[in-house]
Amino acid sequence: MNWFELITLHSPPLIVAVPLLAAFLTPLVSKINDTVRNLFVLIMLSITGLLIAILGYDVLTNGIRTYVFGGGAPLPSGMNIPVRIMFEVDGMNIFMVIITIILAIVGIVYSWSFMKDQDGLDKYYTIILLLVTSMLGMELTGDLFNFFVFLEISCITSCALIAFWVHKGESLEAAFKYIVISSIGALFVLFAIGLFYAQYNALNMATIANAIQFGFLDKIALVLLIAALAMKAGLVPMHMWLPDAYGEAPPSITFILAGATLASLYGVLRICFTIYGNAFANIMPVLSSAIIEWFIIALSLAAILIGVIMALIQTDFKRLIAYAAVAEIGYIFLGIGVGLTSVGVGYGEIALKGGVFHILNDALDIGLLFLVAGAIYYATKETSLDKMGGLARNMKYTTVFFIVGLLAVSGMPPFNGFASKLLIYESIYQLNPILAIVAILASILLLAVFVKVFYSVFMGPALPKFKDVKEVPRSMLIAMGAIVVIIIIFGLFPNLVIDNIVQPAASALVDHSSYILKVLPGVT
Amino acid sequence: MIYNIPFIAVVVMIFIGLYAVLFKRNLVKMVIGISIIESGVNLFLITLGYREGGVVPIFTSAPSEAVKNAPGSMVLPVPQALTLTSIVIGVAVLALMLSLIMHIYKHYGTLDVRKIRRLKE
Repeated sequence: MNWFELITLHSPPLIVAVPLLAAFLTPLVSKINDTVRNLFVLIMLSITGLLIAILGYDVLTNGIRTYVFGGGAPLPSGMNIPVRIMFEVDGMNIFMVIITIILAIVGIVYSWSFMKDQDGLDKYYTIILLLVTSMLGMELTGDLFNFFVFLEISCITSCALIAFWVHKGESLEAAFKYIVISSIGALFVLFAIGLFYAQYNALNMATIANAIQFGFLDKIALVLLIAALAMKAGLVPMHMWLPDAYGEAPPSITFILAGATLASLYGVLRICFTIYGNAFANIMPVLSSAIIEWFIIALSLAAILIGVIMALIQTDFKRLIAYAAVAEIGYIFLGIGVGLTSVGVGYGEIALKGGVFHILNDALDIGLLFLVAGAIYYATKETSLDKMGGLARNMKYTTVFFIVGLLAVSGMPPFNGFASKLLIYESIYQLNPILAIVAILASILLLAVFVKVFYSVFMGPALPKFKDVKEVPRSMLIAMGAIVVIIIIFGLFPNLVIDNIVQPAASALVDHSSYILKVLPGVT
Repeated sequence: MIYNIPFIAVVVMIFIGLYAVLFKRNLVKMVIGISIIESGVNLFLITLGYREGGVVPIFTSAPSEAVKNAPGSMVLPVPQALTLTSIVIGVAVLALMLSLIMHIYKHYGTLDVRKIRRLKE
């Protein structure tokens, strides 16, 4: 076995272990000096990125890969179900970890300049690395209890990061709101895991998916899991923490927090499609009594409308973007809900593809807008839209980046938002034209919202108080520029992305039986 | 019926905790509510670990006839492991929440949720 195979074999745990080790080395390294620490964090995340690339290449060519902790086989002697913790990586997991690592690396580069003159930065980078660890862990694990542990880590670390500006009362308030909501949510998840263990004596996702009966207790567990994870993903009507947390956290953090929200969204997908995959496929007849699908569709339409309408009336730049993020999460759930109504056939497949692709695009577009809002805050120390104006004169690169973000988020060609939204529109039109009309109208409203922001921030007469405002430092420009380049490439060549990573992710979701078979060979 | 008492206690504890979180105005009381929910969930997990006639899964202190005659009678220690992990996580969350409350009190001078409303709707 050569070294490359060895790395491939051990890459799933290493992807989690490298940032975890780096997190606790960061306080030591930052004793040397700040530049060394920043480079150290970046290098460690790049190593993680490289491992993800190796693992991704392997999974996309050779199929699902499992890694069992504490032994080569999932079954110690005398057991007939897997009891060991295992990581199970398929196309969907790879898709999510790619998003996470892109967000993490760009967020770190952006933080270099953005957080430069603040103290407590060793703790800041430590907690960011722990947050990245927890997201990667949630997205790679094949064990429900392990999922809960990483969920709690992400809840604790995101709360600490939201409250990073301790001198502001508002950020403490947002952080407290967040931790109350997410710790109760995590306890619900734990209760649901207990319900699974009580019935099936297993914690392994594939084993539970194989054994699931969809009885009364399973329905309760489904409700608890979906409610808790959709709440952490910020789906209406459980979105109220999201504008507060996104609005009050430092913008570099908000960018990475978006990844934590998407990790919870991955949890929803894994539960709906894999764990309850058998139950939905066999026990519930398609479309006629598809209550949960229509429930998700209704909630996602509500999310889109509420997000857009609330964004219209905001005067705070970051809160406005946060409401736009609520609407974007609605689009993702819309694609997924329509995909659930007809799993694996015709328009359902296209809708699912669109929804999955939109996860990536939402992270990039909304993330870019948050970074621009952060850049403007850095340059002017202002977050209220009413007090800004004429900034295009001083910050020309940031203006261009904002225009790209604006067009991408509202689904204008040739940017990436157009590609995924078109897939969603086209498929939901076949399910029900009214859904498509509402979705397109909301998208146009989103464009209107951001054009308004564009005029009030960048256009208009030059304000005397902004006479000395300069363009932001280079590392922030590099971070935003990298996202813009990715957005344009994805927008111009959407097929490249769809064929290579989105299609495997969507088909991995639909194909729950091979997920089960990989762990329990011989089960049909 | 007697075996169901722990489960009834679990449900009662979770609802008491939810009541405290939803209806109490004091931040510390809300945190106490979350702690009660957590205890309820932990009790649920540990109750699941009980098997009638099972042997405690500590190899050295198990009765020798149980080890010899019925090796399968040792219960799987998974629920206990889960509960320990969840207790540790709970302590971390509790500490974080209480430290946040300290900072909030410094900024706002009150622990009443109705007065801690600087964030806009």
